[in-house]
Amino acid sequence: MEFLDSHILFMIVVLPLLGAMTLIVVPSVRVKLIKQIVLALSSVVMLCCLYVFVFYFAESDGFRFSNSWNWLELPGSWAMGELGISLSFGVDGMAVMMILLTGIVMFTGAIISCNISTWNKDFFILYLLLLSGVFGVFATLDLFFFFFFYELSVVPMYLLIGVWGSSSKFKTFSRTKEYGAMKLTLYLVAGSVLIWIGLIAIFVEADLGTFDIQALSQADYSSDFQRIFFPVLVVGFGILAGMWPFHTWSPDGHVAAPTSVSMVHAGVLMKLGAFGIIRVAMYILPEGAEFWMPVVVVLGTVNVLYGAISAMGQHDLKYVIGYSSVSHMGYVLMGIATLHPLGITGAVLQMFSHGVMTALLFAAVGTIYASTHTRDINTLNGLAKRMSKASKFFVLAGLASLGLPGLSGFVAELLVFLGLFHTYPILGALGIVGATITAVYILRLIGRVFFGPIKDPLRIESDASPSEILSSGILALGILVVGVFPFPFIKIINSSTEEILSKFI
Amino acid sequence: MDSNIILLLPEALVAGLAFLVLTLDLFLPNARKNILPWLSFWGLLGVLAFVLYFHWSVDQSVYEGLAQIDSYSLIFKVFALAFGMLVMVMSSDYVRRNLEHPGEYYGILLFAILASMLMVSASELLTAYIAIELLSFSMYVLVAYDRYNPKSNEAGVKYILLGAFSSAILLYGISQIYGNLGTTHYTDIHSVLSSSTYMEPGVFLGIVLVIAGLGFKIAAVPFHMWAPDVYEGAPLPITAYLSIGSKVVAFALVFRIFTEAFLPAIEEWQLLLIILSVLTMLVGNFVALVQSNLKRLLAYASIGQSGYLIMGLVALGGADSEMGFVHSSLVLNGVLLHLFAYSLASAAVFLCVSSIYNITKRDDVGSMAGIARRSPLVGIVLTASFFSLTGLPIFIGFTSKFYLFSAVASQGFLWLSGLAIFASLISLYYYLMVIKQLYMVAPVDESRIAVPRSASVSLIVLLVVMTVLGVYPSIVMDVIQRASQSLLS
Repeated sequence: MEFLDSHILFMIVVLPLLGAMTLIVVPSVRVKLIKQIVLALSSVVMLCCLYVFVFYFAESDGFRFSNSWNWLELPGSWAMGELGISLSFGVDGMAVMMILLTGIVMFTGAIISCNISTWNKDFFILYLLLLSGVFGVFATLDLFFFFFFYELSVVPMYLLIGVWGSSSKFKTFSRTKEYGAMKLTLYLVAGSVLIWIGLIAIFVEADLGTFDIQALSQADYSSDFQRIFFPVLVVGFGILAGMWPFHTWSPDGHVAAPTSVSMVHAGVLMKLGAFGIIRVAMYILPEGAEFWMPVVVVLGTVNVLYGAISAMGQHDLKYVIGYSSVSHMGYVLMGIATLHPLGITGAVLQMFSHGVMTALLFAAVGTIYASTHTRDINTLNGLAKRMSKASKFFVLAGLASLGLPGLSGFVAELLVFLGLFHTYPILGALGIVGATITAVYILRLIGRVFFGPIKDPLRIESDASPSEILSSGILALGILVVGVFPFPFIKIINSSTEEILSKFI
Repeated sequence: MDSNIILLLPEALVAGLAFLVLTLDLFLPNARKNILPWLSFWGLLGVLAFVLYFHWSVDQSVYEGLAQIDSYSLIFKVFALAFGMLVMVMSSDYVRRNLEHPGEYYGILLFAILASMLMVSASELLTAYIAIELLSFSMYVLVAYDRYNPKSNEAGVKYILLGAFSSAILLYGISQIYGNLGTTHYTDIHSVLSSSTYMEPGVFLGIVLVIAGLGFKIAAVPFHMWAPDVYEGAPLPITAYLSIGSKVVAFALVFRIFTEAFLPAIEEWQLLLIILSVLTMLVGNFVALVQSNLKRLLAYASIGQSGYLIMGLVALGGADSEMGFVHSSLVLNGVLLHLFAYSLASAAVFLCVSSIYNITKRDDVGSMAGIARRSPLVGIVLTASFFSLTGLPIFIGFTSKFYLFSAVASQGFLWLSGLAIFASLISLYYYLMVIKQLYMVAPVDESRIAVPRSASVSLIVLLVVMTVLGVYPSIVMDVIQRASQSLLS
């Protein structure tokens, strides 16, 4: 047990990496074997994630499952000796939730990606690399590796979208997948340029000779330094979190991506940004956070309203979800920016809830598109009767996204609003207005696409396949469990919220 | 002291190998001349083993300080030999298909490798100058070797004219330094410079001229004008040699001169090099954006890379209020690691490009269309190398850039590091444009590209080394640390 506890995070991060390397030597014609390897691997990783979740719940207390290996020494006369960079892992409550989310989305995404018809091997190699990076960011406690894994999760996106994605063609508007891929990559790497500069600045200013996050968070930084570099980091991470006005890559990228990549990207990758803001920017530079958070909360409000209003005007089902993601990430930013325990707990829960919900939405749209070959809201109609299974999942996720009580979105948004009313009541009210707009566009969409009268003949090939039902079912279960029984999740997140906020008094 | 000459045995062996190749060329029938690259390959491997075995822990000077055989020169000699072997692999196919008179080609290439080995151990300005000239003359000939191709001829003429001009500047700089200080030995220059607070204008002029002359050799902006034309015109393996082999050893020489000789006067030349490094980073990466010829694109990309290394020169050391003068082994480590990362990834790129060129006879960016389908191995290796050059994980380029930029920032040049990170972002764009061709554009011709076995093996080895060192760089860090210690002590 002790060995397992201290190596489980390492396993979660390294297993996908090893899987990718194994796939390289498997001949690409053996498609079935490749799929079996990936499915087996993702189920093992998901079980590991569940293990982490369950045993963290049993004893929620600070950073657990920690372990550390020396990786590179940095010569010189440093305050902490030649400690340098170490590969260190450890999770707190917030990270546990994110790891659980990633495990679920990875497994369900892997099931769905079995539908891919070309270059399966290359797809899965990149997919596993991407997920190894995502797990790494959530699990590591070293700033160098944080950035290492962060970049690792950004890199494969270009090929995943550009090669396997789909272009949008409408009468008034068309976007190629290459455009979406290039835009996404350049935006995200521009963000990591800022993060990189911020990290090096922190390293130099602390002058400890180590990249250990906990050690760096103990160091003294002048308030000028914190005020200059906090926004650098927040904008860098904010680009990935879809923060207005740097969100424009997100709808374009998500629409162009293949289904499972949209699921991972909107479901998990955008959370890396928000996670980075909490783990790096707030944790290491609290004074800067206190100074800049009013700005962040305003930007978050703009996100909520702007995303919701843009979603109202879309004709493409995927663009609706893309803009609704921007809107929902706004709640995350608002919650974080409250610097209030309720708000931050709500934000992290919203990250989880939005991840599961968006993944489910994209999975359902993938099924609908595969069967009807269109995503145009004006063409689709009466799907509830004609594709009853896929429709049920879409409607469930849609209702969670507008915050129906009993589903995950409600709990998370409620906590965020409670936090906001303690700190910024006016913006909290605006946030509720955003939730109302969300209700408008989701209900209108559901009415038009799923429940209206059956109009023109729409060629429908099939409903959701058993494997799609399995993966959507897992995600739907996530939404229901968090919605009905949120307390274990809140308890886990709370333990880390306190630790973070203890720096703000 | 008298037994020291034996330390130059590896150089003598390489020279012997060159003469052997030239002599054999006279007697071999044309059809069998393709054994020459393999003879050179195994010969170089033998010398490599010899160097590693006998010179592993040597730290001595030869001929009363003309050359220094230490860990620093060791790693660069190993590099020169190993890279020479790779160029032999690359050339064996290329020369057979595209060039005439293979004998002289390989002979002259071996002389270039010999010159590289001398350059990295030179510890006296005239020895350094002679080594540089030997390398340059070999390159003048090889650049123009494709003699029925007007571009190759143009490149040769341009290179020799500008090369001779820059050598003259370098020599004038050396004579200024000798005239003012009365010595050309690095260590003597170091002690003279550190003992006096006032610097003669003549010495300063000398240093500036040396920087200009060497700036030409490492293609630093504004002395880079020759590079794109010469890279485009030269035969591909020679372009690879110019862009990697001669550039890395030139940097090795530059870093030895600046640490062992000019370091005490850092405040005098620092500003000059800051300007040089900013210009090199920005001009190289921005101009690469608009290139449609792949060789020119790689030329500008490699100019951009020089900018990061010059940045390392800027941050080599500085006056510290408490401890007097300190130099940073962190920066030197970063530079050496980055040189290594750069040469690995670039070598893989050139090997891929020349494999493609051998079949398609084209070297524009459009010729890369659909290559990932026509040869998956080349597609993967090219993509991985481009990611490594940009500085993305899990490849060594990420680690080396992170290390170098952090080290430079820790010497108080955070803004310069920030600029370099920004320049890396620009480089990502033009690399992605090539990757887009590889994977997302349909090929004109669906036929498979047959990569010779030797080249495939080299590609796989390069890819594995790039990845393994990206994940676990400590394997080479010990050797690098030893090398920078031997230079700084």
